[in-house]
Amino acid sequence: MRRPISLYGLTFSLPLLIWQVLFFVFPLLFLVALSFWTVKNFALRPGFDTVNWTTIYGRAVFWQAYGTTLALAAAASVLTTVLAFPAAYAIAFKLSDTARRWAVFLMVIPFFTSYLVRVYSWQIFLSDNGIFNAILGWIGLGPFAMLNTPGATMMGYLTLSYPLVVLLQVFSLTFIDRTLIEAAHNLRCGRLRTVFEVIIPSARTGLVIAALFCFILSFGDFVSPVYLGGGKPTTLSILITDTTKSGQQWPRAAVIALSMIGTLMIVAFTAVTFAYRGKTK
Amino acid sequence: MTRTHRMSVDLTRRTLLGAGVAALATPMLARRASAAPTELTMLAWYGHAEPDIVAEFEAANNVKFVPKYYTGGDNMLGLISQSPPGTFDVILSDAEYVTALNENGYVEELDPADYDIADYFPEFQNFPGNWKDGKLFSLIARFGFLGVAYNTDALTAAEASTYKVFWDPKLKGKVGHFDWHLPNLGQMSLLNGNPEPYDIDEAGWEAVKERTMSLRPQVGGFFDYGGTFSSLNDGQMLAFCGIGDWITGVLRKNGAKVDSVIPEEGGLQWSECFSIGKGSAKADLAKKWIQYITSAKGQAKSAQMAAYPALIPNQKGWDVLQAENPDEAKRQGMTKDPGNAMDMIRTGRVKFRQWPIQQDFETWNDFWSEYKGA
Repeated sequence: MRRPISLYGLTFSLPLLIWQVLFFVFPLLFLVALSFWTVKNFALRPGFDTVNWTTIYGRAVFWQAYGTTLALAAAASVLTTVLAFPAAYAIAFKLSDTARRWAVFLMVIPFFTSYLVRVYSWQIFLSDNGIFNAILGWIGLGPFAMLNTPGATMMGYLTLSYPLVVLLQVFSLTFIDRTLIEAAHNLRCGRLRTVFEVIIPSARTGLVIAALFCFILSFGDFVSPVYLGGGKPTTLSILITDTTKSGQQWPRAAVIALSMIGTLMIVAFTAVTFAYRGKTK
Repeated sequence: MTRTHRMSVDLTRRTLLGAGVAALATPMLARRASAAPTELTMLAWYGHAEPDIVAEFEAANNVKFVPKYYTGGDNMLGLISQSPPGTFDVILSDAEYVTALNENGYVEELDPADYDIADYFPEFQNFPGNWKDGKLFSLIARFGFLGVAYNTDALTAAEASTYKVFWDPKLKGKVGHFDWHLPNLGQMSLLNGNPEPYDIDEAGWEAVKERTMSLRPQVGGFFDYGGTFSSLNDGQMLAFCGIGDWITGVLRKNGAKVDSVIPEEGGLQWSECFSIGKGSAKADLAKKWIQYITSAKGQAKSAQMAAYPALIPNQKGWDVLQAENPDEAKRQGMTKDPGNAMDMIRTGRVKFRQWPIQQDFETWNDFWSEYKGA
């Protein structure tokens, strides 16, 4: 039976709807239209021409950047999830209530500082004359090239998403039904096996959503690949800036942006489907 | 007593109220006494509307500059094309983009009689792109050279005096690129011996691509404005392609061990020109600013800009700079000594940075993306 639309319901749902239409749907439609425009003498010309799509999809460098970005974001999601889980587990199960509150607070603190500033500060640690190489130098090692490498880019991605992933994992683990864990222990399930057979499956939704957030943030990030990765290898976000530098080619940049949005949507739907698979209301 | 006491309390309240009103009103009265400064919008590279350059002009003309800084000519054109006419009163543009500004109708025509063009070196009096069909649309205000930038602890000036140094095995992973195809590929073209680095046929272009690709294993990164500064400053990159004194001059001033040199294969010249934005409601003030910054006094100031130093085209500006700051004049080669900055141009050692002539702009940019991704 359909519920009648009430003024009360509209009052709360309309602002969100208006917001989404104004700041997501409308710009997205504009981006789609823009991808068919052309550029002449640095000026955008409205029209309907598929040249931008054929040009971008016909370029090997686009597919190379696409593969690189996809691989880096996927690796960041896996790495962040694996590294965040022990911390989230300890916060959720091992700490007292007070300590847990402090730990959550500590995970929020990084967001007080600009991400760009945090990434720049990593340069001081990772450069050839930086802190890490100085420490390694004391024991006769190095210097190792750490800055301007994919590894440094990954460090940036972790900086961006690690605190958020830990927080999401903590919330997910906190809501696990403790009787399931006790039951597993009563049935002589070992600690490690309990983690893999009970805790992780129970917290699957939260863990997958946390990894998804990491993927989304890393996939579109421009700061780390440029300031820690030294712009190599080229990621899609870098390719967008390169494209706009090429005679105001915003329509071609729109093609790349739409490809990124499409990819993120596919990944998000797949992840959400997997996260909620088998769940009932 | 009581009355007296109450009086004193009332008086105190009144005094307080009166003082408060007076304190609040004083700025308003002061503002009425001297008119509020006129805002003048400037679209420029960072540094051009900073106090070290504009403070004197602002004070003398009761003007307040409102800068909008961009990074790169495409960014500049984008900002203009997305803004209504009259948004920007003064526009600073790299010389390559001046023609596009004019062709798109973004700038007003200038009256040559308004400016001290006769004080300019002859080479700059009819600067390409500034004039069209005998009409003046912009005026060059400063320029600089691009060559090999290097860390003085890692390389000597003699070693850095050829672009071939970028292939030196000891620089593997230590060569940086300023992330813009035009200066980098122009330098590769010079290295290939092209007398006009941007006017090359298909065979020449293929050779430039091949030469550039061979440098890829040496490259440690591709950097924007900020990244270029930091990677040279902290020694992460030991040699840099596509830049010159506009970066190393600033770093040296702050104690970094870096320098730049015009190599034996020749260097490139970047140039910045001022125009008045189309539809500016304050065109007279904008004209006054261009008169100021292209005058001898303004030019000497511009040469020493804190954000990035530059050479200046006004001969009298050189004289003022030599009197004001002889060390900086000498450092930048703006003296009467042989081998000075003008001699570099006159002997053909430096060529204008410009858009490719026989290839599309996009062709060069597309190759640059491929090179970065290689």
